[in-house]
Amino acid sequence: MAERRIIVIGAGPAGVRAAEALVAGGVRPLVIDEGRRDGGQIYRRQPDGFKRSYTALYGTEAARAEAVHQTFDRLRQAIDYEPETLVWNISEGAVWTSYAGEARAVPYDALIVCSGATDRLVPIKGWNRAGCYSLGGAQIALKAQACAIGHRVAFLGTGPLLYLVAHQYAKAGADVAAVLDTSPLRGRMAAAAKLAAQPDLLWTGAKLTFDHWRRGIPVLTGVTPTEIHGDDDDGVSGISVATWGGTIRRFDCDAVGMGWHLRPETQIADLARCRFAFDAPTRQWLPETDADGRTSAERIYLAGDGARILGARCAEVTGELAALAALADLGLADKADRRRELTAQKSRYRRFAEGLAQAFPWPHDLAARVADETIVCRCESVTAATLRASIVDSGATETNRAKAFSRVGMGRCQGRYCGNAAAEIVAAARGETVEAAGRLRGQAPVKPIGISTARRNS
Amino acid sequence: MSVAPIHSDVAIIGGGIMGCSAAFFLRQRGLSVTLIETDKVGRQASGTNFGNVRRQGRPIFQLPLANSASRIWRSANELLGADVEYLQGGHMRVCFRDRPENVGAMEDYAAKAREEGLDLELLSGNVLRDRFPWLGPDVLAGSYSALDGHANPRLAAPAFARAAARLGARIVEDTKISAASKQGEDFELVAEDGSLFRAPILLVTAGAWASPIAGWFGEPVPLTPRAPTMTVTEPVPYAIAPSVGVMTPDEIETVYFRQVARGNIVLGGSTRAPSYPDEYRAYVMPQNTLTQLEHIRRLAPGLAPLQIIRVWSGIEGYTDDSLPVMGPSASVPGLFHAFGFSGAGFQVGPGVGETMAELIATGATDIPIAPYSIARFAE
Repeated sequence: MAERRIIVIGAGPAGVRAAEALVAGGVRPLVIDEGRRDGGQIYRRQPDGFKRSYTALYGTEAARAEAVHQTFDRLRQAIDYEPETLVWNISEGAVWTSYAGEARAVPYDALIVCSGATDRLVPIKGWNRAGCYSLGGAQIALKAQACAIGHRVAFLGTGPLLYLVAHQYAKAGADVAAVLDTSPLRGRMAAAAKLAAQPDLLWTGAKLTFDHWRRGIPVLTGVTPTEIHGDDDDGVSGISVATWGGTIRRFDCDAVGMGWHLRPETQIADLARCRFAFDAPTRQWLPETDADGRTSAERIYLAGDGARILGARCAEVTGELAALAALADLGLADKADRRRELTAQKSRYRRFAEGLAQAFPWPHDLAARVADETIVCRCESVTAATLRASIVDSGATETNRAKAFSRVGMGRCQGRYCGNAAAEIVAAARGETVEAAGRLRGQAPVKPIGISTARRNS
Repeated sequence: MSVAPIHSDVAIIGGGIMGCSAAFFLRQRGLSVTLIETDKVGRQASGTNFGNVRRQGRPIFQLPLANSASRIWRSANELLGADVEYLQGGHMRVCFRDRPENVGAMEDYAAKAREEGLDLELLSGNVLRDRFPWLGPDVLAGSYSALDGHANPRLAAPAFARAAARLGARIVEDTKISAASKQGEDFELVAEDGSLFRAPILLVTAGAWASPIAGWFGEPVPLTPRAPTMTVTEPVPYAIAPSVGVMTPDEIETVYFRQVARGNIVLGGSTRAPSYPDEYRAYVMPQNTLTQLEHIRRLAPGLAPLQIIRVWSGIEGYTDDSLPVMGPSASVPGLFHAFGFSGAGFQVGPGVGETMAELIATGATDIPIAPYSIARFAE
């Protein structure tokens, strides 16, 4: 029997644990990753020559990060590994990669996609100015390059990452202008029971909040952002929010980090024609998977935050689970007991994730009510007014039609950054549910590739 | 349970640019119109094509039709009350050095086209390079039409449909006709959802889906569904006015590009993939994207540093001779066809709608349509 080719896309916690389980199952997987080094976003390894400690880089998650890195280092001789390589399309049982300007097709017997997540964003007037970053982007600048996004930074959004990134910036010596949370405090109380599924994380969250108070950083909850101030030459100069009580407060700053939790990176699943289903609690469309991570597409498995936002710890669980499912489906090994154990762990993380969604809700009203002059699609510079006109004047009935008429989601990110908000705007303009607004269909390339891209024969 | 049928003077099956523009011009002539579209208007080939508004390269006998379309494109925004992004930056056809015989063919074509009112300027050497410095060294000569250009396919057919609706046409989307027949003087159309449409005149503008419909009336046309390879780059400062394409007998060399006003460059051609009309599916094959990029680099090497951000395709119906079916049925009075434009329907679309409206309303047209007769497919 010819050796089976199993490809793992992504070398974050899910991808590393998937590769580990495949090697243990007697397979030599190919791990393809966009990053220069393994670790993914959350456990991103610093460049060669940087000497910060694990504790400095990963805080409470230092031991987990180190374990994932060490596992990958141990695996290196037992796997094929293509870093700095983009999977830009998938067709007829092969992924198409791009590396250093060359493209090639790599066929697979099973494909485990661990594509991770990006920030979910709400368009705010002025968010197109230089100096606005996603929370994830702000954190990567610090973690990878030891750079801050500005001298005086305001953080806006909701969720654990909001407090964590602000804390990391303060600790690194940046001047944190304010932490501005759109969620009211009472939601956190209501979600406490679910959040207790991971008591240490609940405690870490409380400590971070206390730490901001201790440093004298203003922490406002239940705010409504009104505008990011600035001009075209110098970028961001401040941010204004309406407080819970209704007064407008302005904070001077030269950069804003913003994000409202995460959204899975589902382009590969989309191009692989996996079936998607609407997830009501998060108001997002997610690829359908079974408990082990099987999709509706043959021989394609999803794991980690690329399937559903369950966090880095759970990504290690779902990565292993998907690999074991692939091994079982190919008839190579069947560790049914281990799969049951992992499935039980996954349920616990899922309960915690439900608690987070409740405690730090996606402010869909804020997205739906974005002022007409606000740019929704930054890639194509399309305002909320233009998007609404595609519904009201041109008769678009859902987001793909609105995209065709208005160009929202047609740019280089293909709606990965504006799509969630655009769906809320379309739904509101049509007086329908966000589910009825539908899902932006993705197209290749997953991320841009050059016209200079040459074909390399496999 | 019986459903009350919707009556009109003309029923149109298929809401692409042919059907939508026909609905518009039929309303201008005062006929009542119902247009029935399976999906949304302009979503298939009419909405996914390259967007070329070019006349050259078409058969000489098609130029009167293309000229009438050209006139409509020029006034489209006023006519439709919507911006269809028609940009008259010219259209350029070039040939490569390794096919010098094409220069003669271009000269012949230009001479004949001039008699039909299409002025083409033949360019080569330094003049060609001074005016179009981004053409690659392999390009030998070009044929330039100043009064052509490109438009936005995503906007054009829906704009015709909205304008037709404003004039009183009934546009019915998300409705698939599952059977049609002639009952006495009227055609009766039955939709999958049970709705009924009756009209003494039926126009079939169903593109790649038209063959079975024509078949219901005993005149099926063999159509091959194909899927064009389309690509767009990130936006860069606007610098390339004309739409540019390669003249060559070798399909794989046949690439074309245009720059939209906001800066993105749209690439097309070189390869086509199979498509699946029954499933409403058309996919870009990754290998086709790479082949297209290779040939684009030859045509305009300066584009090489740009990034492509998106690819797409659609479902186009091709006839065996690449000419459309356009005109009255050969067997059923009151039945008309306009489909099978074989990947070259966008520019002529509004002219087809206008011509079909004239033909239906008056029984005749000055535009030559004999070469497109459906009778040529009869055994």
